[in-house]
Amino acid sequence: MKKILLAIVLVFSTTILFAQQSTFPVNGSYDTRPGMYAFTNATIVVNANQTLSNATLLIKGQTIQAVGAGLTVPKGYVIIDLKGKFVYPSLVDAFTSYGLPETAVAARGFGGGGGGNRQSVFVSTKKGAFGWNEAIRPETQVKTIFSVDSKKADELRKVGFGSVNVVNRDGIARGTSAAVTLNEGSDNNVFLKDQTAANYSFNKGTSSNDYPTSLMGSIALLRQTYYDSQWYGKQKDEYNISLEVFGKQQDLPQIFEVDGWQSVLRADKIGKEFGKKYVIKSSGDEYQRINEVKATGATLIIPLAFPKAYDVEDPAEARNVSLTQMKGWELAPTNASALEKAGIKFALTAFGLENSRDFWANIRTAIENGLTEKQALQSVTEIPASILGISDKVGSIEKGKVANFLISSDNLFKNGNIIFENWVQGKRYVVNKMDVSDVRGTYNLNVDGVGALTLKITGTSGGSTAAIERTGVDSVKTTATFSRNGDWVSINFNLKKNPKGDVRLSGYLTSASPLTFKGESALSDGTFGKFTATYKEAAKEMPKRDEPKPSLAVGPVIFPFTAFGTTELPKQETVLIKNGTVWTNEKEGILQNADILLENGKIKAIGKNLSAGGAKVIDATGKHVTTGIIDEHSHIAANGINEGAQSVSSEVRMGDIINPEDVNIYRQLAGGVTTSQILHGSANPIGGQSQLIKLRWGKSAEELKFAGADNFIKFALGENVKQSNFGTGARFPVTRMGVEQTFVDEFTRAKEYEKAMSVKGNSVRRDLELDAIVEILNNKRFITCHSYVQSEINMLIHVADSLGFKINTFTHILEGYKVADKMKAHNIAASTFSDWWAYKNEVAEAIPYNGKIMHNVGITTAFNSDDAEMARHLNQEAGKSILYGNVPEEEAFKLVTLNPARMLHIDGKVGSLKAGKDADVVIWSANPLSIYAKAEKTFVDGIAYWDIDRDAQIMKAQQVEKARLIQKMLDSKSKGGRTQRPMGDAPRLFNCETLFNYSAELTEKENAH
Amino acid sequence: MHTNMKNYLFSLALSATSLMCFAQANISPAPKQSKTIAITGATIHVGNGTVIENGTLLFGNGKIISVRADGQVPQDDVVRINATGKHIYPGLIAATTNLGLVEIDAVKATLDFQEIGDFNSHIRSIVAYNTDSKVPATLRSNGVLMAQPTPQGGTVSGSSSVVQLDAWNWEDAALRKDDAMHMTWPVTPRFRGGFGGFGRAQTSPEALAERTQAAIAQLTTFFAEAKAYSEMGKPEVINTRFEAMKRVFSGDEKLFIAAESQKDIVAAVNFGKKFGISPVITGADEAYLIVDFLKENNITLVVKQPHALPNNIDDDVNMPYKNAAVLANAGLNVVLSIDGYWQQRNLPFMAGTVTAWGLDKEKALSTITLNAAKAMGIDKTTGSIETGKDATFFISAGDALDMRTNKVEQAFIQGRDINLDNLHKQLDKKFSDKYSAEKK
Repeated sequence: MKKILLAIVLVFSTTILFAQQSTFPVNGSYDTRPGMYAFTNATIVVNANQTLSNATLLIKGQTIQAVGAGLTVPKGYVIIDLKGKFVYPSLVDAFTSYGLPETAVAARGFGGGGGGNRQSVFVSTKKGAFGWNEAIRPETQVKTIFSVDSKKADELRKVGFGSVNVVNRDGIARGTSAAVTLNEGSDNNVFLKDQTAANYSFNKGTSSNDYPTSLMGSIALLRQTYYDSQWYGKQKDEYNISLEVFGKQQDLPQIFEVDGWQSVLRADKIGKEFGKKYVIKSSGDEYQRINEVKATGATLIIPLAFPKAYDVEDPAEARNVSLTQMKGWELAPTNASALEKAGIKFALTAFGLENSRDFWANIRTAIENGLTEKQALQSVTEIPASILGISDKVGSIEKGKVANFLISSDNLFKNGNIIFENWVQGKRYVVNKMDVSDVRGTYNLNVDGVGALTLKITGTSGGSTAAIERTGVDSVKTTATFSRNGDWVSINFNLKKNPKGDVRLSGYLTSASPLTFKGESALSDGTFGKFTATYKEAAKEMPKRDEPKPSLAVGPVIFPFTAFGTTELPKQETVLIKNGTVWTNEKEGILQNADILLENGKIKAIGKNLSAGGAKVIDATGKHVTTGIIDEHSHIAANGINEGAQSVSSEVRMGDIINPEDVNIYRQLAGGVTTSQILHGSANPIGGQSQLIKLRWGKSAEELKFAGADNFIKFALGENVKQSNFGTGARFPVTRMGVEQTFVDEFTRAKEYEKAMSVKGNSVRRDLELDAIVEILNNKRFITCHSYVQSEINMLIHVADSLGFKINTFTHILEGYKVADKMKAHNIAASTFSDWWAYKNEVAEAIPYNGKIMHNVGITTAFNSDDAEMARHLNQEAGKSILYGNVPEEEAFKLVTLNPARMLHIDGKVGSLKAGKDADVVIWSANPLSIYAKAEKTFVDGIAYWDIDRDAQIMKAQQVEKARLIQKMLDSKSKGGRTQRPMGDAPRLFNCETLFNYSAELTEKENAH
Repeated sequence: MHTNMKNYLFSLALSATSLMCFAQANISPAPKQSKTIAITGATIHVGNGTVIENGTLLFGNGKIISVRADGQVPQDDVVRINATGKHIYPGLIAATTNLGLVEIDAVKATLDFQEIGDFNSHIRSIVAYNTDSKVPATLRSNGVLMAQPTPQGGTVSGSSSVVQLDAWNWEDAALRKDDAMHMTWPVTPRFRGGFGGFGRAQTSPEALAERTQAAIAQLTTFFAEAKAYSEMGKPEVINTRFEAMKRVFSGDEKLFIAAESQKDIVAAVNFGKKFGISPVITGADEAYLIVDFLKENNITLVVKQPHALPNNIDDDVNMPYKNAAVLANAGLNVVLSIDGYWQQRNLPFMAGTVTAWGLDKEKALSTITLNAAKAMGIDKTTGSIETGKDATFFISAGDALDMRTNKVEQAFIQGRDINLDNLHKQLDKKFSDKYSAEKK
């Protein structure tokens, strides 16, 4: 690093040198200069905690020599008097892509992005001894691809930045970033640190590999890479640049870019697994779950980009703007303040701003919304510097540091402040001319041949726009073009008559007090003359007071941050539900006029005439009371469903991508659902690991998880896994014959892996994919297998028998009725649809009697949804077993409650009404198997997350809140605020077959402004 | 389990009498009604909102002779069916479906409902309606006896026809050929992202809106030129698309326009009015927001299935359940429909759902019987159990709108006593027999 500090400053093509050494030859005579400057009489903000009045700053070359009050300036210094002005450290941005080539193309869609003309790419196409997956590219080093970009540097310097971290935003492991100054000239002399951090994301970027297609795949790939890196050092067979470099980068700071608070938590979880403390660059929505974000302990990098207001003038269009979007618009500017109040360490970045000029306006908005100026300054100087490990060089004005500082007219955060100069590495960059004072004001203007006029100069940078006014005869008001270059000004206007045509003035500042301009005038008839403008008074438009406005009133954060979220979550209560028809699902059967007592989230007692004690009493006379519905096959509440690029993806976990903000959680509570198994999709024979959740609306992803439940995994057979109806047809297998061998191969390898582990211990490469298969072999993970036709069902039963594993559940299993005896003999459960068929060839013989037949044969049988809509009335799907097969009512209702609980191994906790079990209870308006039944209340753990009456109140409150926000957006628009056309966020619905490309969507979202 | 098996054996015994029909894969259409039949003792759900308790339904030669409440059977020479304690409903009508135009969704060779092109007014569904599809029999056994196979796709998709579901061929099946022309109002996408969103170039909301305006302009031109053409005596060049449009302008064929958002519905209605047509609006998700407008224009709405998710995240979670009730209670003519073909067997339960969420049960029944018949222009001959109309109805042991009680025991189409067997019942029997035989 020393050599960098000692590097020369090469400016333009002339070679002006500070007294330093260089390897670069010089064409012509050397021009080595002392580079000594003294800035006197300034208010110097050393850092956020220390401000010196009437102080002096001495710099020599690119280094700060001294700073302090009462310093004497030695001879040989160029003195710049900064009386009345401020000096700040130049800002540091910890996250930019400054100086990098544009990233080529976004990741291509799954199977060719729908085009279908692209072959699958299974492994890296990059030449060289790199890793198998192009998304893991730690070998990328910014220091080798960076080059000074004068245009971008100028843009950032104008905002006030003096140094930045350069991140190559491409891939999941992205390699190292570098810190550079925004000085111009040779690439050799701008480096502050050649490796600031190792960088990561969940976005595979330009990788041409199919894998991973999903967020959970990105997570799994990164985890596997950590394990591979650990293994790499212990083996001799493989040379792998990616893994070698990855390992070496582990001692650097680690920066992880994510797209919001949910993924902040996801990154943190990976960090905890591998003992990493990531600095996380997020999206600015952290205020939505500030407690969870704080609990990670992560330092954050946060953008200052705020959404534009939506144009809501048309009420019909306004309907398409969601509560989330509206509240997000209002609350985004409060994010920094929320982080500060929570005590979270964070840096602010200009990255993501549509226009970097918005930086100051937005930081002031954040301050108006409660961010302190002190924190703001720290977050753009010392904190980013410390994140990057360059605190010894930049971030404050101290002796020995790089001479990166700003000269401003005022407090940096004050509205109307002007940044005059941004000195970078001791080199002066003028942002606004300092020697010309603020010329804004009203002037008496006299132009030969025209007469007396009034000139008004307003705008930014001490005057940028002008207007002309004439009173009395021929009174007129018009705008003028105004330009200023140092002391020179030119003004051009047209009064329409007397004279006709343009009046052009060109002159210079002749006196500072009173401000006076004098010069030449030219009229359109060709006559020339002189003009004089003399300062009269301040222009009326000038801001009078710059005191911070009181904190703006904003609506509260709601949980979840979407429709039907509330500021306070419903509480667990002691509840006595009286006089209902109670479906116990136990040997007691259906009890008439019975009571049920819920306490501490459990069922305390069931019986007649229970004493209420202190419990809240709910009269259920005429109503039916049941246990909550359990959906064995669901795809709600997840950020993706399929990791479909490979035939086996047992390394991915639905638990990594649970989305607690999905409105379908609430919608399904309204249908009496309390527990759902969130399954991976059916794009491949061995899918991902399942996640069982309870529908605790408003809680975080981790809190949704059903604690202490057995682990499951999704398998699949048939048309989807052989890609009959989508995909390129290039991925093995494409027949049911190949499907069999996929299982045989995987389980055979898993057995060998397990054996190797037991013999050689941890010298064996840890394989997350095989780990899950070994768990199956050891009865620590259980299979739910998507299946349709009898041949494939029979096949998997044989494979399982021959390789020694068990199949827990066949799901869909629409031809289960054809092999029910075999399933029964193997004690395999069935989770099917009530009446679906005909949607593809393998369901040509699916029949609605399937459930009944399997049930009658003695198989544990359930009806599931696989569909966010159907899950809202699974009770009625159960009712169809009466229509199609005369299943007795009690048994019919168990198809969606006790039976799925049994096949999920959670019937000890849920699935029936029994003292000691979880208080997951639904109150129905009628017999729950009937089409006329409505869920009136749904309790999970004794908490009424759904209440049909409360729902009406929530909707009403939501309307009021939206009306308030609409008014606020209209106000903002009428004041000239920018707006965007309403466009809702598409409701995200998944079923088994849903394929999408997480990375491509992320990239698209980013581009969708 | 024991009671189950007993039930099961009992039903086995019952079906032994009709063993003949199990022997064949296909189920033959029933012969013409030969004798006058009187059904007595039933609760007759007329379809027009009224109920007749302990009614007597007399029908001969395929037509309803009388519907009486006094329990009397006027003729001696009739076949009597005692339906005491049971319910009689008009045959349910599946509106705007691709039934018979598709057998397996995922098998392209079986897809016959979506033609290439934007302005396909000359396309007719009736010629592709497959009476040998295995699907209709699975609908009949739940009470769905008529349907409106409808072409889809493009802006103007073509003409639907109304068929009855027990026929040898499409000519046989047709109740009314070319009853309605179907089109889709051009819409601007309301959401960003979503399925298929990736890989597509980002299009700005403004550009999307412009594209919609261009599509509407094209549509308007098509209608204007077609209308002018229809007024020509002998056009120099025959245009088959415009020829087909003549029936729409003359009123022989209705115009169904699919539109979901409130703005699109208003635009679609006003578009129709401009050409002197009062369109039927299908889809109609946001119709509940513009009830007054729809009433002023006396618009018939074909509402899609209440078993659907709300359009917007912020919408009332139960809005799809309530939409039809809001509209029907305001006095609008509402028809309930379901997307798809095999799904149509759930049609009675859609009416049941609407009942649960605010509509009178008999009015809910009208939405899948008489209201549908009116929308298709067949209400003079069918849609309700009234004298002079086709004897197309079914007998259910219980409330047919609830899956818990729906039990269709007998069904008649134009007086013909149709076979209620279907592929599913056959497979049920085949395999249930296997397991019970193995148990013995």
